[in-house]
Amino acid sequence: MSCEPDPADRPPAALARPVVQRQLTGWGRAMRTTADVARPRSVAEVSALLADPPARGVISRGLGRAYGDAAQDAGGLVLDLTGLAPDLHVDVAAATVTASAGVSLDALMRALVPLGLWVPVSPGTRNVTLGGALAADVHGKNHHVDGSFGNAVRALRLVLPGGEVRTLTPDGTPEPFWATLGGMGLTGAIVSATFTAHRIQTSRMLVDTTRTADLDQTLTAMAADDARYHYTVAWIDLMARGAAMGRSVLTSGEFARLDQLPARAARDPLAYHPTVRAAAPPWAPPRLLNRASIGAFNELWFRKAPRHRTGQLQTIPAYFHPLDMVAGWNRLYGPAGFMQYQFVVPFGAEDTLSAIVASLSDHRIVSFLTVLKRFGPANPGYLSFPTPGWTLALDLPLDQPGLTELIPRFDEAVLAVGGRHYLAKDSTMSPATARAGYPRLGEWQDIRERLDPDHVMRSDLARRLQL
Amino acid sequence: MKNALGAVSTVLLLGGRSQIGQAIVTALIDGGATHVLLAARGGVAEPELAALRRDGVDVRACDFDGTDPATHPQLVAAAVDQLGDIDVVIDAFGVLGSNDEYEADPVAAADAVTANFGGHVSVDLLVAERLRDQGHGTLVVLSSVAGMPVRPGNYVYGAAKAGLDGFATALGDRLAGSGAAVLVVRPGYVHTRMSADVEPAPFSCTAEDVAAAVVAALRTGRRTIWVPAQLAPVFTILKNAPRALIRRMPR
Repeated sequence: MSCEPDPADRPPAALARPVVQRQLTGWGRAMRTTADVARPRSVAEVSALLADPPARGVISRGLGRAYGDAAQDAGGLVLDLTGLAPDLHVDVAAATVTASAGVSLDALMRALVPLGLWVPVSPGTRNVTLGGALAADVHGKNHHVDGSFGNAVRALRLVLPGGEVRTLTPDGTPEPFWATLGGMGLTGAIVSATFTAHRIQTSRMLVDTTRTADLDQTLTAMAADDARYHYTVAWIDLMARGAAMGRSVLTSGEFARLDQLPARAARDPLAYHPTVRAAAPPWAPPRLLNRASIGAFNELWFRKAPRHRTGQLQTIPAYFHPLDMVAGWNRLYGPAGFMQYQFVVPFGAEDTLSAIVASLSDHRIVSFLTVLKRFGPANPGYLSFPTPGWTLALDLPLDQPGLTELIPRFDEAVLAVGGRHYLAKDSTMSPATARAGYPRLGEWQDIRERLDPDHVMRSDLARRLQL
Repeated sequence: MKNALGAVSTVLLLGGRSQIGQAIVTALIDGGATHVLLAARGGVAEPELAALRRDGVDVRACDFDGTDPATHPQLVAAAVDQLGDIDVVIDAFGVLGSNDEYEADPVAAADAVTANFGGHVSVDLLVAERLRDQGHGTLVVLSSVAGMPVRPGNYVYGAAKAGLDGFATALGDRLAGSGAAVLVVRPGYVHTRMSADVEPAPFSCTAEDVAAAVVAALRTGRRTIWVPAQLAPVFTILKNAPRALIRRMPR
């Protein structure tokens, strides 16, 4: 199915400008490059811009939550799609939602939760756009049950280079559809999507918390939790050394049913009022997050968690998005910025996982937040990150000299057991590492060749990794 | 594209036989650079290229005359043809003569100033334009403490380096916000073939020290570095020293 926009309502490209030259970085605040940024308001404007692309290409950008350089295009044109007219249609009976790509998951949640619906997948922050969530095929704490966001998408509208608007579906157009989900915006500009939402009776989570003493115990406990919970995640205290290395806090939960809420909460079971408690200052000194401060935070975070507690009621933001309570927390890393290193290794490769954790500990590398999660089956997305196995995500301040030697070694170890790295987080991979981690890259490139033969869609990430 | 740890893919070395330049190139290749072009007058000898080559690393040379600005547009265009986006350009060409030579042959002195300053202006402006267009990239300019301040011991060389330093620093300012950057490197005495005839000064270092400092600066995004770092306070004081004292300095 495809539909050409009526030429009459396609404005000249000049209307979709003015473009502003801006320096852009990802959430990690490193790898700053400069591009022209346009803020189209309608699909027709996106279409017009893609019909007349500049020499150095075009990429879409949402809320800039990709950690590395996925949503910037040095010397080219960046489409800030958060300005797209926010369009939202909810079919409560069928639990389907259609929204424009620039709508944030935050906005979706505010609209959906009171209706008894929940996004199929929530990443660790709700401040991402729907388009970004699809382009990165994001996953959440329920991957072992529901897969990634792409699994719930029924249709999406993509503006191709040249300006044609196409509707893609998993059954009708599987190749371009699955090349676009996880395709990092390199097949065209996603402008809207329809997905199936989850039904919820309440906006509270019933959470079980367990503290584990070391990494082995963490892995065992997590494996056991898979079958029992819809949502699970482990936060690892990477600062703990010796026997306590890998000690963790596991939080596993379900949405509470109405009959599980105390009377007071049951009066408004779908209440949803996410708040931002604080904002990071606009500037933080270098090395504010250092060994001492991160160590203290980790110790506190570990101690504050109950040793074992079941059935605790938590709000959605408290369970899913604790970091969103501090706006702009990425600024706390100071001028040097930080990188997130996220990889997956297959089940059975626990030794590789332990070796990397041990190596970080030995080299006294600090990671502010370290999160471990088990992935279920992969979806057909050609460049989708999740594959069955353990995924570890580390937030590493960049002003640690040891990283230069360690990261390539970790890359090799991950590839050696058939693992891969997450493109939406990446800021350090080499082209060879990307090729080895994504064996279907060649197939994806063939499809991209058909959708975008001139490689109009281009990002710094694509240049760096030769995607 | 530079990654978050400062590793780059493509490198252009202006002054392809420069020992410091090659040391920087070696360090960048060790860090992951895959395409390198060495530009030097008459090209670069095969053994020198072979020493830089590794598996999967493309190292080539081309002819480049730093003192002939008319040829510079063609050189930069050829580099872009070969490398595509240029992540790092190292401007390392130059000549080192002595007061005796220059005072005996003022024409040679003027030529040396072209090799150490004038030629850099034209090629660096062209490089800056390219980096501005591509929205990223770093121009590494090898300045020297010889011009901080210009001292009578080697004033022709020092004056050219002072000009280059000022030009490169301000070029970096001009590029602010463009995504492109200039890294000004101010080494002290470096043990190389070029400086073999000159008596080593205090705080001397090797080409590899300069390379390591450049790689670190590419990672952190610093705009000015001194090698070794202790030279910064030394020359900040010296720059403001009374002329009567500078006049009496041995070099």
